[in-house]
Amino acid sequence: MTGDPRRGGSADSSRGALIVVEGVDGSGKSTQLRLLDKWLRAKGMSVYATEWNSSDVVREITSRGKKKALLTPTTFSLLHATDFADRYERDMAPLLRAGYVVLADRYVYTAFARDVVRGCSARWVRKVYDFAAKPDITFYFQAPIDLAMSRIMVGRPKIKYYEAGMDLNLSNDALDSYRIYQSRIVEEYERMIRRDGFSVVDASKDIEEQQMLVRRKVVDALPGLGLGDGGAGLGAEGPEARR
Amino acid sequence: MLTRSSEPRPLEFYGDGLPYLGEVMVKGRLIVIEGPDGSGRSTQVQSIVTRLESDGHAVVDTGLKRSELIGQGILEAKQRLPLGKRTLTLFYAADFVDQLEHKIIPALQAGYIVLADRYIFTLIARSIARGLPRNWSHNVFGFAPKVDLAFYLDVKPSVLFHRVFQKYGNLDYYESGADLGLSDNLYDSFIAYQNRMAKEFAAMASQYGMVRVDGDRSIGDVNASLQSKIDEYLKSI
Repeated sequence: MTGDPRRGGSADSSRGALIVVEGVDGSGKSTQLRLLDKWLRAKGMSVYATEWNSSDVVREITSRGKKKALLTPTTFSLLHATDFADRYERDMAPLLRAGYVVLADRYVYTAFARDVVRGCSARWVRKVYDFAAKPDITFYFQAPIDLAMSRIMVGRPKIKYYEAGMDLNLSNDALDSYRIYQSRIVEEYERMIRRDGFSVVDASKDIEEQQMLVRRKVVDALPGLGLGDGGAGLGAEGPEARR
Repeated sequence: MLTRSSEPRPLEFYGDGLPYLGEVMVKGRLIVIEGPDGSGRSTQVQSIVTRLESDGHAVVDTGLKRSELIGQGILEAKQRLPLGKRTLTLFYAADFVDQLEHKIIPALQAGYIVLADRYIFTLIARSIARGLPRNWSHNVFGFAPKVDLAFYLDVKPSVLFHRVFQKYGNLDYYESGADLGLSDNLYDSFIAYQNRMAKEFAAMASQYGMVRVDGDRSIGDVNASLQSKIDEYLKSI
C-alpha cells in the first residue's frame, strides 16, 4: 500500500473506495471479489462491481475483431482503453464520488501486463491510463501457472485465440501458447507488486482462507468504511452494518 | 512530374511509436490536410489526389472514422448514447491506429504518397477543446508517425458556420461543441467551440510544423496554395 492510496485521478476528493482484483485467468480472483461483494452488501455498504471489457459501447467491435484475428497490439490496447474509459467516466468515477465501494475485476494493471507482453511501450500504456484513480487496495492473486491452467481448462473444450496469446506467434499449439503467454503476464504482474503496491494473496490456499485475508485487509486498510476493528465480523453473517 | 524513387528511410514517430514492428523502412511520403467540417478539406483532398495521380504518383487517401473494424461502431455508439470525453478520444485513436497499421504504414512502405483527410491533430485538438489535459491528449497519439507535410485550413468560425449550414442544413452536435454546454444557443456554442479548435491548431502549427492555409478564400485559390506547396515539397525530396 502506498502512503496516500487515493492520490491521482479524479477520485481525489471521493468519499468512496476502490478495490481491485488482478491475476491471471484461473487465479480465482473473480470468486474472491464476488464473496467480498456479498459481505460488503451484507454490511450495508453501497457497492458497485465492474468487469474488464464489459462496456456495451465497444464490446461488439472487440469481439468482431477478435473473431477475425484482426487486432494489432495497439488497436487491442486502445479498444480496451476505450472500454475502460467508458466504464470509468460513466460509472466508476461518479460512483466513487457518491461514496460507493467500487469493486473492479481487473483494472489498469491488466492493460499494463497484457499490452506490454504484446509489445506496446510500457511508458505509453501507463500514460494512456494516467487518468484512472489509484485503487485503495489492489489484490494480486498469485497462482502457479499449472494451477491456474488446470482451473481454467475445467469444462472448456478449447482456449480462444487472443486468450491464448496466439497473436504473439509463441507457438502453433494453443495450449503451449497459452502457457508461455500467461507466464509472461505473470512476469509483468510480479514487477508491479512493489511499484504499484499490490497486496499479494496466495491463490493456492483454500477459497475461504483467502477470503478471510481479503476481508481482514479491507477492514484494516479502509477504516473509513466503518467495517469494524477487524477482530470480528469477517463472516457474511457478522455484526450488523454500522452507521 | 515523377519524383526520383527515394531510398528507404526509417519511419519516425512522435512518441514511442509501435515498438513491436521494429524499425519500419518506408519509401512513401505522408501528407496531411486538417481543417474543420465545412472548410472544404475533402474537396481539396480529392482534387489533389487527382492532380498527383495525373503527375504519375501512386496515391492513397485516408481519413478518420474509416477503419473497417471500428469506424461504423463509433457512429453507432455516438447515436445510441452520449460518450464521455476520454472514451471518445480513445475510440477515435483505436480507429486511427487500425487504419495506420493496416493501410497507411503498408502504403508508405510500398512507396505511396499517403494523403490524409485529417490526422491525429484534429483528434488532439478535439480532446483538448473538451477540457482534457493537453499532455494526455498528445501522449495518447505517441504511436503516430511523423508527417512529412501538414496543412490546416483556417476558416473564420463565422464564415464556417454559414458554409456548414448551407451544406448540411443543420449543425452537427459534436462539431458544434454542444456536448460541452458552452451556450444554450447553438450558434454561440459553435463559434466558441471552433475558436477553441482554431487556438489548438495554431498551437500545434508551431509544435508540429503544420502550415496554416487561409481557408476563407475560394476553393480555387486555396487549391492553388496547397498544390504549389506540395509540388515544391515533392521537388525538394
